[in-house]
Amino acid sequence: MFPAPIERRALPLQWIYKVALPIALLLWLLPLIAVFLTSIRSAGDITAGNYWGWPTSINLIANYTSIFENTPLGKYLFNSFRVAIPTVIGAVAMSCMTGFALAVYQFRSNLLIFFMFIAGNFVPFQILMVPVRDLTLQLGVYNTATGLAMFHIAFQTGFCTLFMRNFIRALPRELIEAARVEGVSEIRIFWFVVLPLMKPAIAALSVLIFTFIWNDYFWATVLTQGVDSQPITAGLYSLNGQWIAAWHLVSAGSIVAAIPPVAMFFLMQKHFIAGLTLGAVK
Amino acid sequence: MRLFGLSQRTLAPWLFLAPGVFIFLIYVIIPIFQSISISFYAWDGLGEKTYIGLQNYVELADDDAFYTSLKNNVIWLVLYLLAIPAGLFIALFLNQNVWGIRLYKSLFFFPFVISQVVVGLVFSWFYDPSNGLMNLLLNGLGFDSIPVLADERYVTYGIIVAGLWPQTAYCMILYLTGLNAVNPEQIEAGRLDNAKGWKMLWYVVLPQLKPATFISVVVTVIGALRSFDLVSIMTKGGPWGSSRVLGYYMYEKAFSEYGFRMGYGAAIAVVLFLIMIVYISYFLYKMYRDEKGY
Repeated sequence: MFPAPIERRALPLQWIYKVALPIALLLWLLPLIAVFLTSIRSAGDITAGNYWGWPTSINLIANYTSIFENTPLGKYLFNSFRVAIPTVIGAVAMSCMTGFALAVYQFRSNLLIFFMFIAGNFVPFQILMVPVRDLTLQLGVYNTATGLAMFHIAFQTGFCTLFMRNFIRALPRELIEAARVEGVSEIRIFWFVVLPLMKPAIAALSVLIFTFIWNDYFWATVLTQGVDSQPITAGLYSLNGQWIAAWHLVSAGSIVAAIPPVAMFFLMQKHFIAGLTLGAVK
Repeated sequence: MRLFGLSQRTLAPWLFLAPGVFIFLIYVIIPIFQSISISFYAWDGLGEKTYIGLQNYVELADDDAFYTSLKNNVIWLVLYLLAIPAGLFIALFLNQNVWGIRLYKSLFFFPFVISQVVVGLVFSWFYDPSNGLMNLLLNGLGFDSIPVLADERYVTYGIIVAGLWPQTAYCMILYLTGLNAVNPEQIEAGRLDNAKGWKMLWYVVLPQLKPATFISVVVTVIGALRSFDLVSIMTKGGPWGSSRVLGYYMYEKAFSEYGFRMGYGAAIAVVLFLIMIVYISYFLYKMYRDEKGY
């Protein structure tokens, strides 16, 4: 283990480490802690300029109900789910198939198609912006959650394919060969042999894609406008314009917007990190 | 089972690939070429396109705002890379086995999980000249307030600091995973050879962390070149366009309130794309080498 385990060091050093840990964390998360404290302040605190001291009164429930009652935040949240969930299902389903095809079969354009997915995954969004917006308009899904989800499914399929293909390649090939010898059809090999083994990869990708899409802001501004279709990221930004100087409400809104991905991360931590750190270890 | 005289094994991959390849072509690959083609036209997004050859690029070559954005992109790229050593540093700090360390690791990772919109709002507020924490601290220490986001000199750096926060968390998690897989025998061997501290890190540990470093560089470079969210949220490219990056400038041109200039926007996007191509090719080349060695 590197650095050397702290238990092996001198006792004072161990104590310093144990004290330094929470302090470092506090400093690291200071912006977030401040946001949380502000989200429970009263409007009076805000006008009096009491941003950083202890709140004079705790308005947790009042502020959080206020943002839901007086603004379409709930609607924005709902839209985010309407975009993120279909994207997760669509992109994961597509990439299970593409990943399987690229990992299991040897054919001439295999590597070429694989590289197409990887390269496409890295392009700057701006080079897609104008044509994708145009396409979305032509398909009649501009300004709908469906239109936004359709683009996300397509784009995320690139990353997911890279992930799935590498995952399936690491599975024991003998399983597939054995099934073929038994005369099992290719589709049944996919469904009954490979797919059950892909559960960890599916879990990892699902949490990762959910978070990516939930946090997307660029495409939300390009492909949607207005309360009926905008997800929470874009919605929060437009609310910020209306809530000038109402920092307690902005903060409460930010916290609400952050809850689903944070909850997802904590519940599925193992899978999340497995997905994110793919390739970080050989 | 045979279909059209083709064996199942030949046909199967294409059937599995069809839906994914189809939508990826429609939404990602073809639009790249469409954008390149649009960059040779004058187009407001609604009416007729007029072919104007290289005129968009000629105009770009003489556009100060373009150079400001390009320069900012370079600053982003260079400073964003600081996330890598910073992430390594935090990972080394947290790579211990004390009580509760798992929770610490998760909490340190937090900034990456939340949206850049939230990060942007939080930091705009941190920099707020009248009540922001940064300026309260500065005033407390006897300095004048610095309106970071309203000052042309500091604005880009201010935004990059906000971006470094989640990016460092990302690199940290990559390194933590890497450190987990470091071969303990080599470390012990190093200790026997009296390697310590920096020497151990440089000669024994870092070489083993190479995959983590590679991924960190890739995601950080891509992240820097994709910077848009924070600029849009914190400053809208201001003051006076001084914090624009290519990604934001393109958006502004294509959808500006003074009329849509899709062709000009596309030309900016093409330039950004060409910069990115360098990295994509490098990445693909490395993957190709790995595949061949497989």
